[in-house]
Amino acid sequence: MNNLASAAWKKALNTGLVSGILAIMISLIGMVESFGDTFIINRFVSLGDILHMAPILILIYGAIKTYDQATWKLQLAYSTFSGAIAGLMLTVLVLFGSALDIREMLVNASPTLFRLLMFGIELPGGAFILILKGTLLGALAIGLFRLQPRWRNAIMQGIIWVVLIGTLRDQILLASFVQIEPLNSILRGFVFAQSGLTQFGGILLFLIVVAAYYFLGGRKKVVANNKQTPEKLRKSRLTRFGIAGIALLLLPPVLGLFFSEVLDSVGLFILMSLGLNIVVGFAGLLDLGYVGFYAIGAYTMAVFTSPEMGFFNLSFWQALPIALLFSVLAGVILGLPVLRMRGDYLAIVTLGFGEIIRLLALSDWLKPWLGGTQGIQRIAQPQIGPIAIDTLQEIYYLILLGIGLVAFVSIRLKDSKVGRAWMAIREDEDVAAAMGINPVFSKLMAFATGALFAGLSGSLLGAKLTSVYPHSFTFIVSINVLSIIIIGGMGSIPGVLIGGLVLMGLPGVLTEFEEYRWLFYGAALVMMMLTRPEGLWPETRRKLELHEAEEEVLEEDLTPAIQSGD
Amino acid sequence: MLKRWLQTITLTDVVVWAIGLIIGIAVIYGTISTLRADIYSTTQWIDLIIGGFKLGGIYALIALGYTLVYGILRMINFAHSEVFMSGPFTAVFLAKFLHAKGFYNSQPVISLLLITILSVGVSMGIALMLERIAYRPLRNAPRLVPLITAIGASFFLQYTFRGLYGNDLESYPTMKVLQGKLSLGIIQIQKADLIVIIAAFIMMMLLYIVVQYTKMGKAMRSVSEDKETAALMGIDVDKIIVSTFALGGASAGIAGILYVLIFNTAHFYMGFIPGLKAFTAAVLGGIGNVPGAWLGGMILGLLESLGPNLFLTGLGVPAVSQLKDAIAFTVLVLILIFRPTGLLGERLSKAKA
Repeated sequence: MNNLASAAWKKALNTGLVSGILAIMISLIGMVESFGDTFIINRFVSLGDILHMAPILILIYGAIKTYDQATWKLQLAYSTFSGAIAGLMLTVLVLFGSALDIREMLVNASPTLFRLLMFGIELPGGAFILILKGTLLGALAIGLFRLQPRWRNAIMQGIIWVVLIGTLRDQILLASFVQIEPLNSILRGFVFAQSGLTQFGGILLFLIVVAAYYFLGGRKKVVANNKQTPEKLRKSRLTRFGIAGIALLLLPPVLGLFFSEVLDSVGLFILMSLGLNIVVGFAGLLDLGYVGFYAIGAYTMAVFTSPEMGFFNLSFWQALPIALLFSVLAGVILGLPVLRMRGDYLAIVTLGFGEIIRLLALSDWLKPWLGGTQGIQRIAQPQIGPIAIDTLQEIYYLILLGIGLVAFVSIRLKDSKVGRAWMAIREDEDVAAAMGINPVFSKLMAFATGALFAGLSGSLLGAKLTSVYPHSFTFIVSINVLSIIIIGGMGSIPGVLIGGLVLMGLPGVLTEFEEYRWLFYGAALVMMMLTRPEGLWPETRRKLELHEAEEEVLEEDLTPAIQSGD
Repeated sequence: MLKRWLQTITLTDVVVWAIGLIIGIAVIYGTISTLRADIYSTTQWIDLIIGGFKLGGIYALIALGYTLVYGILRMINFAHSEVFMSGPFTAVFLAKFLHAKGFYNSQPVISLLLITILSVGVSMGIALMLERIAYRPLRNAPRLVPLITAIGASFFLQYTFRGLYGNDLESYPTMKVLQGKLSLGIIQIQKADLIVIIAAFIMMMLLYIVVQYTKMGKAMRSVSEDKETAALMGIDVDKIIVSTFALGGASAGIAGILYVLIFNTAHFYMGFIPGLKAFTAAVLGGIGNVPGAWLGGMILGLLESLGPNLFLTGLGVPAVSQLKDAIAFTVLVLILIFRPTGLLGERLSKAKA
């Protein structure tokens, strides 16, 4: 018993140290300060506060599992201890940073940061505030842990929604539908303050969300218990698709110009992700140079339509098939030599290929054809009959059409002969080959299809921006697309759609977030691989593959139990 | 005989050889016409060769980290470029501090030593943290999982350092002792370059001795041959993996200091391109192979330095030095297509996963 207690104290100490380090890191990276004036509830809680306190809360909450056998008083003691340690570490940071000016090296260790951490109170008292803050977070973790799951879930959702709506105050007020009176004056008058929500608005929103989740969360189970006929299921799915479709069509006029711009870039990335999903998700080939095909699509469109280059002056619709053809050709030409390679070598070769394309587009050598660093301007925009599709809102429909088409093709391909061949190759190439699948042909198909979709996305990018620059096609674009499909769920089409919406939409809407975007993507990739390699919205087959090893272990564990049962 | 041989040829082979042939002809034609046109003087060529050697030494030292880790874990430690970046990017602040105190120019040897120690320490620390947090839990995962983790870790580290130290290009204060040129016969060489070449060579020799002759090195090689057997022979596999990462991190930290001695700047993005090239060097020499890393680094350094002028000038390409990275990446693509085992072959282990 004594041993157990000391192990728990040790765990509590560890948790405190780790969460303290995390909070210090988040502060020093500059998130607390740059989000310090993004208030969620005006003059009360800012996004910066949430960002440095949330990890402490989450880590302490996660640690409770290891001592959930203890009495609640002991649990409270452990958790508040962890919190106090985290607070103590922040105090050390503040003391150290105030005594020595370390801003030459750590650019964000400024007095402003320290004041924000201490909620505006000066040092001797501020140190006390920091420790108190940690301790309270520990207590809050225990409070949440001991709640009924249904309540806990509802409260968590309430917090998430308040944070989300509060953060997006400026953007929401920009949306077109908000401009309608009385909604506009109600929102501006009561719900939103100068920055973030008003206290009244925050509490109201929180209560609404909590109530909604509490009551709906209870009802969902009842619905699930009712046995549904396939007929009914299909009908309900159809209605859901119908509603989603109409909602998507209404988005640009309802949300306005700012959101249309965001939606366009989200759409282009979803289009690319659907393509890479075929290569990585279906066929299991890690392609890090995917941006190359995107560039080829965009540049072909530019070269063939821009009067600036003066080669062809084709219209958008005439150049589109050429751009697609070039992308597919590039996919095949690159694919043929590299597809014999093993997984990780393939990744590096494709990365090299993507970089070569960018460097060539950037060089003076190909400047007469590709425009060099200045890129190519005045790309033709599509025209249907007399209607020119040239505003962001109109392009949105074009992109939406593209996504619909590509998603449909993806779904059909997945269950086709070649789709099953991809799955077989992904799981075991040698066995697949022994079963009569031609691996080179199947992989080539995957590469070509992926390149086709990227080429389509690139052409639409050209039409949207009416200009292309080599700087838009760096390695980081490939990583962006890869993050979308990995976090969404490799091989899962809904996963890609939601992943794209979240990963591209959030930084697009929340422009302050842009600076920390890659940090989050990197951390998310690592966390996903460590905890949930199948992604957030996984495909069933993939999930089985990735957890195969665990299942085997489980079976081994079970066997003796079954035998002894006999 | 001929018929049977013809039957074994697939479309893939045809395309691969066509690409090889086109590039080969372009290289030979470019070289001949450059040399004929006699555009560059002998001193220019010598400068380029020296440039190749100094870059090559640095690539070789970074490549060692890729090679050692690949040899043991069969994974590409994509985040190694950030291990390389972290050391000099941290040490630049120490260098500035010493410079401000005047210590930098009065005691250059001690200053350089201190900076190197800090750089090595940080790089090593980052490498060990990577191993512990990101890679160790994934040792038995499917192949792509650790690679994706490594890519994520790479971006995470890049932008963490950017957040910590800022987005600016930090310039190293120049050391007065290292200014100026030495003349060895007909060769004129920058003092800093000479130090870089010699230091890289000595470090490579030392590391080779460590891997080849010390007990730890022997244990490393046996773990890379067969982990289970090595464990049965009483080798602590975990400990060996940790020391491999430490060794790779340390050589990256030293490479980082040599890098800033030449280029004088540190930046959060400084690791990506050298890292990719060092990986190319490792593959070129045969990944998992320490002398191979050295050879690959040197060849790549020379190709990158001489290549643009030698191959491309003759082809009438303007602004050839813009394409030096493209040449390095083309080498990467070609070597992986034609000889993925590298020039000296994968030596640390023969069994392939």
